[in-house]
Amino acid sequence: MLTRIEVGQKSPSTDSQARKILATLHENFRLPVEKAATLSVYTLEMELGAAEKTRIAQELLTDPITETFAIDTHLAGAPGSAAGAAGAAFDFLIEVGYKPGVTDNVGRSSREGVSDLLGRPLADGDLVYTSRQFQFWGKLTRADAETIATKLLANPLIETYLIRSREEWSTNPYLPKVSGKVDSHHQPQVRAIPLPETDEALQKLSDEKVLALTIEEMRAIKAYYASPATIAHRTQAGLPADATDVELEVLAQTWSEHCKHKIFAAAIEYTDETGKRENISSLYKTYIKAATEKVRPKAPWLKSVFTDNAGIIAFTEDWDVSMKAETHNSPSALDPYGGAMTGIVGVNRDILGSGMGSRPIFNTDVFCFASPFYDKPIPEKLHHPRRIFKEVHRGVKDGGNESGIPTVNGSIVFDDRFLGKPLVFCGTGGLHPAIVNGKPSWQKTIEPGDRILMAGGRIGKDGIHGATFSSAAMTEASPTSAVQIGDPITQKKLADFLLEARDAGLYRFVTDNGAGGLSSSLGEMARETKGPNGAGGGCKIHLDKAPLKYPGLDPWEILVSEAQERMSFAVPPEKLAAFLDLAGRRGVEATDLGEFSADGLFEAYYQGKLACSLSMDFLHDGNPKLHLKARWTPPRHGEPPTGFWKARDLKEDALTLLSALNICSKESWVRQYDHEVQGMSVIKPFVGEKADGPSDAAVIRPLYDRKEGLVVSHGIVPRYSDIDCYHMTACALDEAVRNAVAVGGRPGNLAGLDNFCWPDPVESENTPDGQYKLAQLVRSNQALYDYCVAYSLPLISGKDSMKNDYGRGKDKISVPPTLLFTVIGKIPDVEKTITMDAKAAGDHLYVLGVTRDELGASEYFRLLGVTGNVVPKVHALSALALYHRLADAIEQGLVRSAHDCSDGGLFTALAEVCMAGRLGAKVDLASLPVELESGAVGSLASGVKLFSESQSRFVITVTPQNRAAFEALFNGAANGAGNGSAGGSVSGPDASARIPYARIGEVTSGTELEIRDTAAPSGPGSAASPGSAASSAPLFSAGLDEMFARWRRPLDW
Amino acid sequence: MGKPRIAIITGYGINSDNELAQSFTLAGGDPRRVHINDLIARKPALSEFDVIAVPGGFSFGDHIASGRVFANKLKHSLSEDLRKAAERKIPMIGICNGFQVLVKLGLLPGRTDILADGAKSEADEAAKAKAGDATAAGAGNGFRQDTTLTYNDSGRFEDRWCHLAGDPGSKSIWTRGIERIYLPIRHGEGKFIPRDAETLAALQRNGQISLRYSTATGGNPGEGAAAYPANPNGSIDHIAGICSADGLIFGLMPHPEAHMLATNHPQWQKLGLRGEGEGIRIFRNAVEHVRG
Repeated sequence: MLTRIEVGQKSPSTDSQARKILATLHENFRLPVEKAATLSVYTLEMELGAAEKTRIAQELLTDPITETFAIDTHLAGAPGSAAGAAGAAFDFLIEVGYKPGVTDNVGRSSREGVSDLLGRPLADGDLVYTSRQFQFWGKLTRADAETIATKLLANPLIETYLIRSREEWSTNPYLPKVSGKVDSHHQPQVRAIPLPETDEALQKLSDEKVLALTIEEMRAIKAYYASPATIAHRTQAGLPADATDVELEVLAQTWSEHCKHKIFAAAIEYTDETGKRENISSLYKTYIKAATEKVRPKAPWLKSVFTDNAGIIAFTEDWDVSMKAETHNSPSALDPYGGAMTGIVGVNRDILGSGMGSRPIFNTDVFCFASPFYDKPIPEKLHHPRRIFKEVHRGVKDGGNESGIPTVNGSIVFDDRFLGKPLVFCGTGGLHPAIVNGKPSWQKTIEPGDRILMAGGRIGKDGIHGATFSSAAMTEASPTSAVQIGDPITQKKLADFLLEARDAGLYRFVTDNGAGGLSSSLGEMARETKGPNGAGGGCKIHLDKAPLKYPGLDPWEILVSEAQERMSFAVPPEKLAAFLDLAGRRGVEATDLGEFSADGLFEAYYQGKLACSLSMDFLHDGNPKLHLKARWTPPRHGEPPTGFWKARDLKEDALTLLSALNICSKESWVRQYDHEVQGMSVIKPFVGEKADGPSDAAVIRPLYDRKEGLVVSHGIVPRYSDIDCYHMTACALDEAVRNAVAVGGRPGNLAGLDNFCWPDPVESENTPDGQYKLAQLVRSNQALYDYCVAYSLPLISGKDSMKNDYGRGKDKISVPPTLLFTVIGKIPDVEKTITMDAKAAGDHLYVLGVTRDELGASEYFRLLGVTGNVVPKVHALSALALYHRLADAIEQGLVRSAHDCSDGGLFTALAEVCMAGRLGAKVDLASLPVELESGAVGSLASGVKLFSESQSRFVITVTPQNRAAFEALFNGAANGAGNGSAGGSVSGPDASARIPYARIGEVTSGTELEIRDTAAPSGPGSAASPGSAASSAPLFSAGLDEMFARWRRPLDW
Repeated sequence: MGKPRIAIITGYGINSDNELAQSFTLAGGDPRRVHINDLIARKPALSEFDVIAVPGGFSFGDHIASGRVFANKLKHSLSEDLRKAAERKIPMIGICNGFQVLVKLGLLPGRTDILADGAKSEADEAAKAKAGDATAAGAGNGFRQDTTLTYNDSGRFEDRWCHLAGDPGSKSIWTRGIERIYLPIRHGEGKFIPRDAETLAALQRNGQISLRYSTATGGNPGEGAAAYPANPNGSIDHIAGICSADGLIFGLMPHPEAHMLATNHPQWQKLGLRGEGEGIRIFRNAVEHVRG
């Protein structure tokens, strides 16, 4: 029996969703909609009496103050509701509901509410489905309504919609009651798949089944089945000689680029620009792992790196901290809301599954999108970047907020090449006791005979082939089943349960179910057991025991489904009853799926019959190694014409830069993230007088009664990849480190996480420039090694996403090679940390670090429409010396504010410092420490000083009483005070060395940022007398109000 | 007596329980985080506690409406114990989602007459109900919802620090002595709406309005859109927190437990703040009330 209940607002004044939709339709769609109303619709599939229906509608679904309802009839046109307030029916009605089987979180909560209200458990098939109804008044055509439905309200991939016009409604005012039940006539079975003879047929099989396996891999699989050992084993086990579909799918998931990181493990022949050849056996081992191993002696606080779901470092003697960052790009391209939400709740599970279980205490998120104002045609299957932006943001917001995890740090990067694939980076940090039940909690084991437990959500067809799909380029034919929707509340219950079970010692091992589903989690877990003779590994899974969202799933689908909110546990048999009992009391579904073994076989049964038996060795180590070629040819880009500065209006350029998408304020978006739940926040995303200045890094205090803190920051500059990925990587890493240093962090206490998002770098018909893209990847890894070692910065976790392309041939869109570098570190005393805003008039303004003519791929050059060739370079030794000295100064309380210089250069930093503090400043750039290309001291054009994106620089303020002590420290305490002008010396972290810095002015109580510079800038190479402020003249003055207006305008919606 | 025993209710998406427990500890209480299902099973029972706290979070994901499904659960499985707790005159607090739960349960602002009368026949209530009129909703078990918390005027969730002014006429034992306090709001459904003008007048008359959003200097934020963001959600009469007629049950949208330490304050560096945060005053009031 189906019951339909509509709930609407009594008055339009409380329909804020309708107001938002109306605004979007006006601003983005330019449609003549006059009025809108929204309704919630609940369809209940269960036997109910009339009184029960009324009680459900009245007591559960409707707010007695603001809402009204209708049972099995419609509110449209009804008196006493906003929907009927106009007295006449809408011009168009659109109702949007989920397709059968798509996660319906509100429906699930409503079902539980109905059960509580009726005081009885409901039957398995008793379900509640939700849909949303929208009514519009205005001169709209049916085509307009279709546009509203498909481009704003519904994602046809996961949702259905229906449209009714006023005319249709007047003759037939009726909407159907629709069951959302999945049609389940399919009889699940295991099929044998013959492996064909020819390469062509093998490749076709891989493509048709979305296995994403290469011909070499398909051949390896064919050889495995043809080997006498396999034949003998299969005969004995009663399996067909052919592979079963379960086996093929398990192999494809396990061998996917997503799970196996084949490109980072490949043998690469790299040729540099001089023709020199180098053989790299594995990028991961040669650069990433090697860097951490090199640094490890200096980082005794490292506990678990690269092996677990997240990196784990020591925080205090009793507590450890974990961190992991992930990407969820492909799902976010298809269904930005669900894809992004599963990105954030998915990485939360990595934390829950690291060590014996870590409690998520913060999230980070970084997005890369095309401009929301993109006005060219959108390729098939892609959403407009504005929609991607809004929906990805909403997904991460809901995922983080509903999970009770603060989003403390992040950014949004814009480049139109992200039209092809948006990048959605989600990170999470966790906190857990160093010792759990008497054992170090970062270690975990599995014994043969331990039970396999799955807890959390149920399995459906959602997210099937996610891992293999993300390992392939997106095309118009991309599968829709790869989409998942998150359910943060089911996961929150699971997380609460997990931590309770951890402390009660109810399991021995835990990991999350992410890409590849059970096949990946159990496949990995099964490696942990040891047999009596040292060999071992293995598991026996009973697939028919797994709880399903609806019947009709084939066994292979159960094994590879990426349905969300599930964790896998190894539970000692003697703890099984207690484990299940606690799960029951916490409202968490937990199921015993079988046991871990040590016979070296990954086995799955369906209804008692063996459906999969694969050698663990072949499953994990049988995939052939890739052999790839990379060739680096430095690109040449255009430069602006000589003497172009003369024609520039520096003030107008400066203000225009404040409106650049990568520089402008993101406040209206970031403020929608809960950034302080859990009560740990010390430095928030917004700081300053009115809490709207962008902070450089987050600081949290995980233990309320201790002063130790964590600093979290990141760096990302994909623009620089257009010139050289080596420097792109160095700059991203430096940005992350200097952001951490700006608030009070110190190199040596910091750890890094690398997240690569690359276009396909494997040369092929569709990727003719594969060798160049792979060379970019090699260079990025080389920089990662060089700078991690230079900064004593161990990498603790990382991830790569290697197929960020859309389409084929000339329509192909590849993302710029992008590295997100995240930093996490310990701060001994949070009460010494500082923020970026100017604090008081009269404070001295300093610039720390050297400015060079490095405008290549800068925001300023983008404004000019050129790329240039001189990309900023990181001078590691001098930067490190500066960072240590600044850390000393902050620790000694000598610095009142510090802000790093990044996108847009020095001007942007100065503007932000003033705006955040609601204070003015008088600045003279004549004494700015600069360095010319030759290394000689000289002068630079004012525009270069203002807009160059030279790395490792800060704008800081110091109180008058601390000036002498600060300058003494920076001059090198050993040799006393200096004149505070440019030095350009490069020194190691030696306390007696002088650090390049200059006092450039002071904070004022006014509302203007007044900037002066040398009256007639001398040309490059010519000598100038440093610090001769007398010869300077005003450049321009910018008011706080005009800066705010430009800085807020683009994304304040 | 020893330290007051505080029940911090957890489960189903509540998420501010750890910092709330710590806040009560700092205030001199003995908090214990208890899962709602354990309270329903009376292991432990609510009767073992001196103070009951419903923390913030996203119980049931705010599905249907914020706090509604959790309130429904309390109503149908814990109402007897809650009624007895109210009769025992023990302080209760609901913060953010906890406030939404108490309001939708009808415990706030509360009808003490009905609470004292005990449960009415649910069949009787259901019989009175008419389609389209939910006025009597929640009347079962003696609870009735007279006010609501609904979508912010902005239509979006916001995390924003707000200045709040205590109403000098409030009977709330929780806000005693608090003229001004600075706390963050973090919600998408915090707009307070009373049933009608009469309900609002009664709340004012009875001293049940405890906290209002204010300007930085404690003034009235003004009317309409001009009041934003001082009044962050469009609450009627700028109401941020209300209490029961006896002043013991208190609910508020802002998060006092998120200002437990001075370093939580957004401008603590500039202002040179150290030590305890302002929010602890609210919890200390309740602890001291129980101690007598």
